[in-house]
Amino acid sequence: MRKSIFGLGGLQLVVSTVLIGVIAVILGQTLGAGLTIGLMLALSSTAIVLQTLDEKGLMKQASGQASFSVLLFQDISVVPILALIPLFASSAVSAGTAPHEEARTIGGLEITGWVQVLMMLVVITGIVVVGLYLVKYVFRIIARTGLREIFTATALLLVIATAMLMDLVGLSPALGAFLSGIVLANNEYRHELEADIEPFKGLLLGLFFISVGASINFGLLISSPRLILSLLFSFIAVKFMVLFILGRFFGLRGGQNTLFAFALAQGGEFAFVLVAFSLQNGVIDVGVSSILLLVVALSMALTPLLLLLNDKLILPLAFRSENLREQDVIEGNGHPVIIAGFGRFGVVMGRFLIANGIKATILDDNPDNIEVLKKIGFKVYYGDASRADLLASAGAREAKVLVVAVDDKHQSLKIVDLAQRNYPHLKILVRSIDQEHTYELLDRKVDGFKRDTFESSLSLGTEVLTHLGYNNYRAHRLAGTFRQHNRKVIHELYRHHGEDEKKYLSEAKKYASELEVLLQAENEDSDHEQDSSWDVSSRREEIQQLNQSSSEGSN
Amino acid sequence: MNRISILVFHPLLHKSRVNQKLVRAVEGMEGVSLRFMYDIYPDFFIDVLKEQEVLLENDILVWQHPFYWYSSPSLLKEWIDLVLEHGFAYGRTGRALEGKQILSAISTGGRRETYLSAESGKFSVRQLMAPFEQTTKLCRMHYLPPFVTHGTHLLDERGIEEAAGRYATVIGALRDGLYSLEEIRKYEYINDLIL
Repeated sequence: MRKSIFGLGGLQLVVSTVLIGVIAVILGQTLGAGLTIGLMLALSSTAIVLQTLDEKGLMKQASGQASFSVLLFQDISVVPILALIPLFASSAVSAGTAPHEEARTIGGLEITGWVQVLMMLVVITGIVVVGLYLVKYVFRIIARTGLREIFTATALLLVIATAMLMDLVGLSPALGAFLSGIVLANNEYRHELEADIEPFKGLLLGLFFISVGASINFGLLISSPRLILSLLFSFIAVKFMVLFILGRFFGLRGGQNTLFAFALAQGGEFAFVLVAFSLQNGVIDVGVSSILLLVVALSMALTPLLLLLNDKLILPLAFRSENLREQDVIEGNGHPVIIAGFGRFGVVMGRFLIANGIKATILDDNPDNIEVLKKIGFKVYYGDASRADLLASAGAREAKVLVVAVDDKHQSLKIVDLAQRNYPHLKILVRSIDQEHTYELLDRKVDGFKRDTFESSLSLGTEVLTHLGYNNYRAHRLAGTFRQHNRKVIHELYRHHGEDEKKYLSEAKKYASELEVLLQAENEDSDHEQDSSWDVSSRREEIQQLNQSSSEGSN
Repeated sequence: MNRISILVFHPLLHKSRVNQKLVRAVEGMEGVSLRFMYDIYPDFFIDVLKEQEVLLENDILVWQHPFYWYSSPSLLKEWIDLVLEHGFAYGRTGRALEGKQILSAISTGGRRETYLSAESGKFSVRQLMAPFEQTTKLCRMHYLPPFVTHGTHLLDERGIEEAAGRYATVIGALRDGLYSLEEIRKYEYINDLIL
């Protein structure tokens, strides 16, 4: 992952920036403006790409992973880019009116030059320190109140406050928000925060795009369509070529690579911020900025079309046997078992079944897995098992057992619900991911489930005992006792679960409290020694007592 | 009415001709419950507390199994070793099973005559079952004459049906307490009780 983030991500940014910069300079921009334009156009749209890939279920594939790496690197580099842009101002066209040379007023005081830089540093350091060390205590106190609304409000306050603070010292508010995001990512409450901010994200993103949309001068497209369209297509072409070649270089093949290149070939929302920022700093002029805004916006709008083009036209033509494709057509085979999810977990079970001559229809949505498995001779089909049509064509009607072995619990439950609704005759056996998932499965009364890590963890634990000097059989029996006891504990916990659900806890706390309840229930289970019969000590004791009393009696 | 728990110890029940039929003959009888032990404990990990609970809930216990090597399949031995705990089943304070009846229902390939030809130095079924009898006596239980299906390899369908019918009759009689212990103990096999 590190290699793809810094290698692929870094190269993409540098190469795209240089190429686009060179073109900009050739088209008459100064060196500084050219570099700035290169930087802003090298960025792709995180919002569009991640959502699209997620919708298509491609995030776990090579192309999804590579896209994610590139986007991550781009997002990280926004901070230094924001710092860099003012430096280009001196070589820019209208340097004379650049506001950074004007005195700013903060709190009624006129502040210039070094003082401002110093204040920036102080504010950034302050935000980082507060974010890293203080905020978690605040959140801890708030979480303890159990009021969700206050939690959300605090998160928003934090974001808005940082943004305004940054604005006050002359930095971009976007940078501030971004910085606080990075800082909060280390917080134990980050999943709660993410969930809380989610609705605002959608809303504000909407606002952002509306304002950007409103600032786009579509008149330009009508007045000089040739200029705009040729810029647009050469922009996309340059980005596509860079991505395609780099992708190839980093091991992406065929359809994965074209998908990767098309997905990231647009401009991103950060470009809007950067355009505004560099206009404000006088790096570029109004004419260039409106052209840039229009080109970026159009390229974003084109993304879905490009991906469609890739899916429908380029893939079928160029990579007919490629693994990125429509769901496989599954011949009606009447296999008794369907295995949904054939990753690390499903594969052992699949081998076991096949070794015993049991035919299984295997569904998986990771094409990389499928190619490998097919090579070895497994019958594996590509597709998302939580879709009704795929389950139907996999032969759910004739099958006896459905094994749900996917590693995503939401998908897992979706498959279970779907199967229970449509195929009541199917026995459903599920790989359980965690406690919550187990409860959900107990709610649904599936025919069987196994915690995916339980057995392997327990058997390694058994080995720990033998290495501590326990004899093998004893360790084995102790594991058996524990397994039996675990079954009771799970059902015990299931009965109590729901009581604590209303408590609002951070992820880490939630796990800890789960553990606490688990261990408590563990202690309450009677400590009957399973194998006490083999231990003759109680008999010996009794006989010795008898002996004693009889010898006392005879005295 | 006595409650009867039949513990079936057969590692390959689906291939057995006789034991399957015997099971089917008593399945669903009122007051009679069946436990397929190899099904419940495929890993030989017997839930001791659960088994003891079953013992406490019933008045008559049946061990039904093929007569492997003049004895039982190994899971029954494991069961005896672990479930009949000191302090529960025997010992000064172990009186949980006192007065309960216990029946062995076994099937064997050998014919009855084979086991009875004492001149060749062989042992009778009753002699061979002595460890089970002695075990249950130590638990203060009443060991009943066993129900034995002989010559299973030579039995035809009709013979098996007949044995199964007899088994059901015996189980029913024990459940309803039709015969006194003295009456039953007169016979070498409980099969002979009903002729």
